Amino acid sequence: MSGESASLRSLERDAAARRIRRNWLLSAPALALLLVGASGPLLIVLVYSFLKPGDFSGVIWEPSFNAWFQILFSRDIFDDTVGLADAHLTIFWRSVRLSLSTTLITLLLGLPTAYFIATRSGRQRMFWLFLITIPFWTNLLIRTFAILEMLRNEGIVNNALVDLGLIAEPLQILYTDTAVLIGMSYVYLPLMVLPLYAAIERLDFRLVEAGYDLYANRVQVFRRIILPIIKPGIIAGSILVFVPSLGAYVTPRVLGGGKNMMIGNFIELQFGQGRNWPLGASLSILLLFIVMAALLLYVRVSSREEPHG
Amino acid sequence: MAERARKSFSVRQLPGVTPITLACFAALYAPIVIIVIYSFNAGDSVALWQGFSFRWYAIAAENELVQEATIRSLVIALWASGISTVLATMAALGTTRTAKFPGSTFIYVMINQPLMVPEIVTAVALLIFFAAIKVATGYSGLAYLILAHSAFCVPFAYLPIRARLEGMDRTLEIAAADLYATPWQTFRRVTLPLVAPGIVAGAMLAFVISLDDVIITEFVKSAGQDTLPTYMLGQLRRAITPEVNAISTALLGLTILLLTAFFLLTGRNNDKKP
Repeated sequence: MSGESASLRSLERDAAARRIRRNWLLSAPALALLLVGASGPLLIVLVYSFLKPGDFSGVIWEPSFNAWFQILFSRDIFDDTVGLADAHLTIFWRSVRLSLSTTLITLLLGLPTAYFIATRSGRQRMFWLFLITIPFWTNLLIRTFAILEMLRNEGIVNNALVDLGLIAEPLQILYTDTAVLIGMSYVYLPLMVLPLYAAIERLDFRLVEAGYDLYANRVQVFRRIILPIIKPGIIAGSILVFVPSLGAYVTPRVLGGGKNMMIGNFIELQFGQGRNWPLGASLSILLLFIVMAALLLYVRVSSREEPHG
Repeated sequence: MAERARKSFSVRQLPGVTPITLACFAALYAPIVIIVIYSFNAGDSVALWQGFSFRWYAIAAENELVQEATIRSLVIALWASGISTVLATMAALGTTRTAKFPGSTFIYVMINQPLMVPEIVTAVALLIFFAAIKVATGYSGLAYLILAHSAFCVPFAYLPIRARLEGMDRTLEIAAADLYATPWQTFRRVTLPLVAPGIVAGAMLAFVISLDDVIITEFVKSAGQDTLPTYMLGQLRRAITPEVNAISTALLGLTILLLTAFFLLTGRNNDKKP
């Protein structure tokens, strides 16, 4: 009896081991591809960030904290390397400021949009969702181009303003921080709307009704009932917009026109004209860590959201 | 009057929502629509309408650089979506419908890694890595781009396949096994046909993602290996002509076509589910 159940247990254990081996074998090719084409090279970047820059490009294989030092040093404005520090600081500050502004603008526009879509019924909801998904999947470069055409001196926006008599001369919007901000808000708006929609769609409107029954006005209902319930969606959307904004490369390059760099363009510069691969590598790792921290926050928020269903 | 006010009051309504939403959609679509319209402009200007014409499409189609970039884009996207879909299907079979096993979280994080790392960081990493290999082997062909694209397409192919597998009825496979089908026969005759819509959807997503990629391609490509998006990015340094609008519109059309097919495919899945 006990021998039988022991052999049954060992059979079960064998089957489980076989299943685990099978799962690993099936996943192995994808893992190998990702190791070579995505994750592995990140380790090389980490190593490069602790080396010295080569004369023209590449690195000299000597350990050095200089690249990391250069990032940290840029915060110390009372040092000899004031010029360099200022340039770094300006770029970091612009990146953070533009990313935060983009998050705020997309939130202010995205919240009503998501609310509108979530409160439609059946087929209408699918239609509006499809409409928000098309720009989401449209090539980022094409969308940035579209904004470029709009904001040009002889573009639609300036022509309309001149025709209306609001301005005499076309405004120079292109190649300013404002252009980058408009572009990023445009490009990342769907990223804000989709998680907000998911949160509002699950909202139990009986709670809202109860609020009105208890003589709450619209503002009170929104602030005290709707807002707290959809807060996880707001945080999720904000992180989903903030993360790619901070690492943006195409939009600032096209609309910022070289002068108005963000971290992404600054990293590229180190691998091009800057010829400081270790600094570029350390900046990349820094950016990666900031993004990972934001995503960990996202995972914690969304896992806390689950039990409420 | 009071009666009517009460009737039109809905707990779901909030003031200002509809106008802001409509303004948002107008703002989302207006720039794209303008690009599409001006791609049919007969004149040289991107701002002055001079009549309808396919002129810029003809010019783009005759441009040898555009032809080469188009073919290169399609070749890379076909290889990348093919490779990533096959590998993602295998990985999805290995990681869904199974209890948590040692390393399952690791596999999941690895597969989704390209979604989490900023693209510019991956691009820089691949630049360093492939530069070393190019020096060592002397080979500078399309394989680097195909490899890089295949890697970042894996999570996009994986997600719809995984979703499809998780929603699948396991009893059919058990029935097949009961009827003495070998595991391979069960897979070939039962599992595969049932997952097929997910696989096709995954492949299409991967294809679109590969076709659209700018940053990684820009960093990984060797000289003279422009794809359509990097060609367009390069054109920016010169004066913009409606030729870029024409290329954008063509790409846009292809994307919308594939996405509509994707929605129809995955939408039908959902209908089948109770």
